[in-house]
Amino acid sequence: MNVKQQDKLATGVLYTIASLIILVLASLLAFILIQGLPRVTWHFLTTPARSFEAGGGIGIQLFNSFYLLVLAMLISVPLSLGAGIYLSEYAKKNWLTSLIRTSIEILSSLPSVVVGLFGFLIFVIQFKFGFSILSGALVLTVFNLPLLTRNVEESLASISSMQREAGLALGLSRWETVTRIIVPEALPGITTGMILGAGRVFGEAAALIYTAGQSAPALDFTNWNPFYIASPLNPLRPAETLAVHIWKINSEGIMPDAVAVSAGASAVLIIAVLLFNLSARWFGQHLYQKMTSSGKKGA
Amino acid sequence: MKDYDLTKTSIKTFTAAEQEIALSTEDLHVAYGDHEQIKGVTLQFPRYKISAIIGSSGSGKSTYLRSLNRMNDEIQTARVTGKIMYRGLDINRPNIDVFEMRKHIGMVFQRPNPFAKSIYDNITFAPQRHGIKGKQELDQLVETTLQQAGLWNEVKDTLHKSALALSGGQQQRLCIARAVAMKPDILLLDEPASALDPISTSVVEDTLAQLKEHYTLIIVTHNMQQAARISDYTAFFHQGVALEYAATSKIFTKPAIQATDDYVSGHFG
Ligand SMILES: Nc1ncnc2c1ncn2[C@@H]1O[C@H](COP(=O)(O)OP(=O)(O)OP(=O)(O)O)[C@@H](O)[C@H]1O
Ligand SMILES: [Mg+2]
Repeated sequence: MNVKQQDKLATGVLYTIASLIILVLASLLAFILIQGLPRVTWHFLTTPARSFEAGGGIGIQLFNSFYLLVLAMLISVPLSLGAGIYLSEYAKKNWLTSLIRTSIEILSSLPSVVVGLFGFLIFVIQFKFGFSILSGALVLTVFNLPLLTRNVEESLASISSMQREAGLALGLSRWETVTRIIVPEALPGITTGMILGAGRVFGEAAALIYTAGQSAPALDFTNWNPFYIASPLNPLRPAETLAVHIWKINSEGIMPDAVAVSAGASAVLIIAVLLFNLSARWFGQHLYQKMTSSGKKGA
Repeated sequence: MKDYDLTKTSIKTFTAAEQEIALSTEDLHVAYGDHEQIKGVTLQFPRYKISAIIGSSGSGKSTYLRSLNRMNDEIQTARVTGKIMYRGLDINRPNIDVFEMRKHIGMVFQRPNPFAKSIYDNITFAPQRHGIKGKQELDQLVETTLQQAGLWNEVKDTLHKSALALSGGQQQRLCIARAVAMKPDILLLDEPASALDPISTSVVEDTLAQLKEHYTLIIVTHNMQQAARISDYTAFFHQGVALEYAATSKIFTKPAIQATDDYVSGHFG
């Protein structure tokens, strides 16, 4: 076999593997959507679930998923920005920072069910937050923070050190250089990572089963006072999310239309996660163009 | 490589009456970890003149230049000892505000490094941070500095386009304009023309010759013709030591040190 034939063979093998993967993914997606989409109506998206009769929706679960997501991101985005900026721009190379880096790496590879049990012991039991949005948001933060931090650090580290020197040589402080020059240039990468992280959080079930809980009490969408017990915003109420709901129906659902509800919920979940991924790409590219080529005022 | 005697040096000094000194170093040492790369350099740079630093690759030119505005602070392993005198102040002392100092001692790097912002913002960014706010004043600053850098005619219609879309030579001139916009006292340039084509190079050289009227320039260069063309004084570095420092014409016609002679006549190493 000569080099040319080898090349052809190798290319052929790679193409086959790639198309196999795409085929599996596409059929999976098609299966879920074909099964689930017929069920997805406005009614399905807005009504509460029913435990014993047919015709339940996923309204509360959907709201819970988004609310938890927002809370979790509100906590983890600033923390990961701070930690990532510190690690990339300020931390000296020594045993302490390398220990921190290693810990973050280990944390980011922990299975989510382990993180969930940790959250159960700490937030639910120890801190007595109970099965609640708050416990869920905190555990999602623990779950998401290591990855977000690494993403921020790596996005910043990918900006050439010549840019930092350029800023410092103009008499800018390190903080100004980082926040005004380096972070804006890294923003597309950072944003993409954040949105992908949001998608991961949105689809997460295992970490939430024992923290945000498996029940979705009825909500009173007319009262938004966070201290009111049935308020959608109350952070101390249990909150089953969409992903947990799917798991729940499939393991112990007894409503007559359990299969259809699960399929519909799965379709909604998949579409949401897809939207996160697509918007991450679009947003990243859009931001990159905006940051690099527009005549936006720098102040 | 021939072994040259590193203890035999010939360094020009100036008396206060003869020449005002903008910046000087006294017994400056720089080490990266355990490796000492600058081994006690004492030089005086006269005001409103161009001083060139020449020498072979690895002789410590960049290391020395970067010490002058404390850019080596950014390298964790670097240790700079000795005095750097600026306006009667030793700016190598730990309690110096390096950010304030760098407004007075600017730097242009070997590879162009414009910000990923528009041409206009590249120039106005730092001055704005330092408190210049008026739009007219900023517009004026952009025009003057771009003209000083010989770039105005090429970019005056695209000021709000990305600086990254410029050619390498244009980017470098933008970086010079950006440094000049800070109105520094002293401008340090590390091989500013090494990545440029001959035409851009000569534009940059003209620019530097004009800047000399208002600024003190210290320029590292590999290009001996360039040193001979534009500089008033030249220092020759070898293995971390300044072996010779004198008027440029003297360095290139009758150097006092054998190593300098070999280097400028191309018989080095
Ligand atoms: N950040 C650093 N860490 C460790 N050693 C360094 C560092 N920067 C430079 N050096 C070493 O210091 C010595 C002098 O380097 P320097 O860059 O000052 O030389 P130079 O005269 O500017 O060379 P060139 O003409 O190639 O730019 C070299 O041996 C180099 O390996
Ligand atoms: Mg160099």
